[in-house]
Amino acid sequence: MAAVSGLVRRPLREVSGLLKRRFHWTARAALQVTVRDAINQGMDEELERDEKVFLLGEEVAQYDGAYKVSRGLWKKYGDKRIIDTPISEMGFAGIAVGAAMAGLRPICEFMTFNFSMQAIDQVINSAAKTYYMSGVAAQHSQCFAAWYGHCPGLKVVSPWNSEDAKGLIKSAIRDNNPVVVLENELMYGVPFEFPPEAQSKDFLIPIGKAKIERQGTHITVVSHSRPVGHCLEAAAVLSKEGVECEVINMRTIRPMDMETIEASVMKTNHLVTVEGGWPQFGVGAEICARIMEGPAFNFLDAPAVRVTGADVPMPYAKILEDNSIPQVKDIIFAIKKTLNI
Amino acid sequence: MRKMLAAVSRVLSGASQKSASRVLVASRNFANDATFEIKKCDLHRLEEGPPVTTVLTREDGLKYYRMMQTVRRMELKADQLYKQKIIRGFCHLCDGQFLLPLTQEACCVGLEAGINPTDHLITAYRAHGFTFTRGLSVREILAELTGRKGGCAKGKGGSMHMYAKNFYGGNGIVGAQVPLGAGIALACKYNGKDEVCLTLYGDGAANQGQIFEAYNMAALWKLPCIFICENNRYGMGTSVERAAASTDYYKRGDFIPGLRVDGMDILCVREATRFAAAYCRSGKGPILMELQTYRYHGHSMSDPGVSYRTREEIQEVRSKSDPIMLLKDRMVNSNLASVEELKEIDVEVRKEIEDAAQFATADPEPPLEELGYHIYSSDPPFEVRGANQWIKFKSVS
Repeated sequence: MAAVSGLVRRPLREVSGLLKRRFHWTARAALQVTVRDAINQGMDEELERDEKVFLLGEEVAQYDGAYKVSRGLWKKYGDKRIIDTPISEMGFAGIAVGAAMAGLRPICEFMTFNFSMQAIDQVINSAAKTYYMSGVAAQHSQCFAAWYGHCPGLKVVSPWNSEDAKGLIKSAIRDNNPVVVLENELMYGVPFEFPPEAQSKDFLIPIGKAKIERQGTHITVVSHSRPVGHCLEAAAVLSKEGVECEVINMRTIRPMDMETIEASVMKTNHLVTVEGGWPQFGVGAEICARIMEGPAFNFLDAPAVRVTGADVPMPYAKILEDNSIPQVKDIIFAIKKTLNI
Repeated sequence: MRKMLAAVSRVLSGASQKSASRVLVASRNFANDATFEIKKCDLHRLEEGPPVTTVLTREDGLKYYRMMQTVRRMELKADQLYKQKIIRGFCHLCDGQFLLPLTQEACCVGLEAGINPTDHLITAYRAHGFTFTRGLSVREILAELTGRKGGCAKGKGGSMHMYAKNFYGGNGIVGAQVPLGAGIALACKYNGKDEVCLTLYGDGAANQGQIFEAYNMAALWKLPCIFICENNRYGMGTSVERAAASTDYYKRGDFIPGLRVDGMDILCVREATRFAAAYCRSGKGPILMELQTYRYHGHSMSDPGVSYRTREEIQEVRSKSDPIMLLKDRMVNSNLASVEELKEIDVEVRKEIEDAAQFATADPEPPLEELGYHIYSSDPPFEVRGANQWIKFKSVS
């Protein structure tokens, strides 16, 4: 009886919650939420929870966000808390850091990574040395995990799906340290199943903890952000051939969860890392170096392999672009090579 | 007569360790306050400026004198300790070393006199004076310069990274502190407590693009930010004429009203600051102050300071415009204090600095185990890698 009433109650609460937030969801309260909506939800909840939280960036207020990630927030919270800035990255990144130093909790949005580069001095020099909270950096063509992940004093998170997006941005806002949130704009419109716990206002994903998205026994595949989806696709294909991949979603770049990765490698004896960023001095390079330093090295039956973006500036033509980022076939190839099959 | 008796009784009822000479001094008939004329400020987009006369009380005068002498002596002591290699610089090629305010004392003491302790202040690397006026002790400052655990940043920050309540450093990247200051002003407005933020930068930094970005946003959003350009006429070795197409720094906020202030006169600085703070607190938005001042020494300890200007120029300023001398003359000539009394303050200050220097020299360095501390705030302890994978440090928040 209790189970049935639980099933009935939850969808109703969801619907009323949805209506309050003015999202266009079906009356059946679908458990599918896009990454964009998950981020929006996360920010909305944190804005409501803590007076000190505010959002600033280009087009975040009246335009509802360049990618509509902040849709509805200005109407709800007004000018004081949702601030449109001029095109002045270095300036408003500095303003965000200063406001955080004075006790507020700003979410500073960069429209694209290029623009975050203009402000990188404020992020690295002003923020990493002072305790503050920062946030959202949408990726444009390249992955900045290695750049920001290099710096002590910063935390860097990299969400893949909607659940990651919401849980990590909420944790980032509540963290008393500067947190760079590497959103992948190609993921904004992708819907994912939203588990019940993710629908709670207190849903947080701990920073510094990876998630095993798929259990497996033959090989460990570690990834972050959009490539996690490609890894799961590759795993599905390989499963039909009798190869079971354990796919790990890093979720956090810094501090990295090496424990989860090591435990997995000690079980499967094989490792492939997958990332969108360039190969040199990247996330995969760091994972491999650390594997060698720890207990998992002796369990490797083959050298660890990295799958990365091509070592070129991002080209424009579609065929070139497609081949500059790791595709499912590249991941499958690397896995088979490692397993010698 | 009544005043004299009051003075005497004050002395007698006061601390018993006061010397006989002090009793003698106190029995003189000092004025309680005096009115002084101060230079009129040049104005930009302002109908009226700060007043051209001001009242200085004896109490305030003595306080300012003591503070300015303390800052000056503290910096001279730092200079000495540096030459003795007790204070180390980092790379002698970069700017980041030892940047003394000498003659900019009127700025830090005057600015502080014009605001409340609940207001906020941020500056660049020439920060020791402000660290003191914002409330830290000479001991903590000198011990930070000598890199000891008694330093205000436990020896981990050094010259350019000192902080106090409502004082945000101490910033090494030229110009970066200006958007930070605008952000602090945003927080002031957001919190609604009528606080203002003083955001300082030099004539060299004034050409940074991000400063203009900060001007724009501060004006757009009417942030209570007082932008203050400390113009000491040289950015390292480059004179203002060689660096700026317009050297009217008080006008370069364009749509932001500005005033140009005699930065060598502490009373001028005080009045201008009061004026600017009142302007901001009334909700009109930001305002810009240019403090005209001068730098006796070179840009840093490695710069003798004469390859790009003449000794005569330095001497001229030193003899005619020294801010401490200016205040002293005013006070003595208006009977606000006696020469002996001020000399006594000098002696006390010197002793305080000497004690602080002793402490700064004798205090131990921070322990090696704390190398990894304070990377994050409010986090549980974790491990930090050292030079190789076997060297690990603990990090606590």
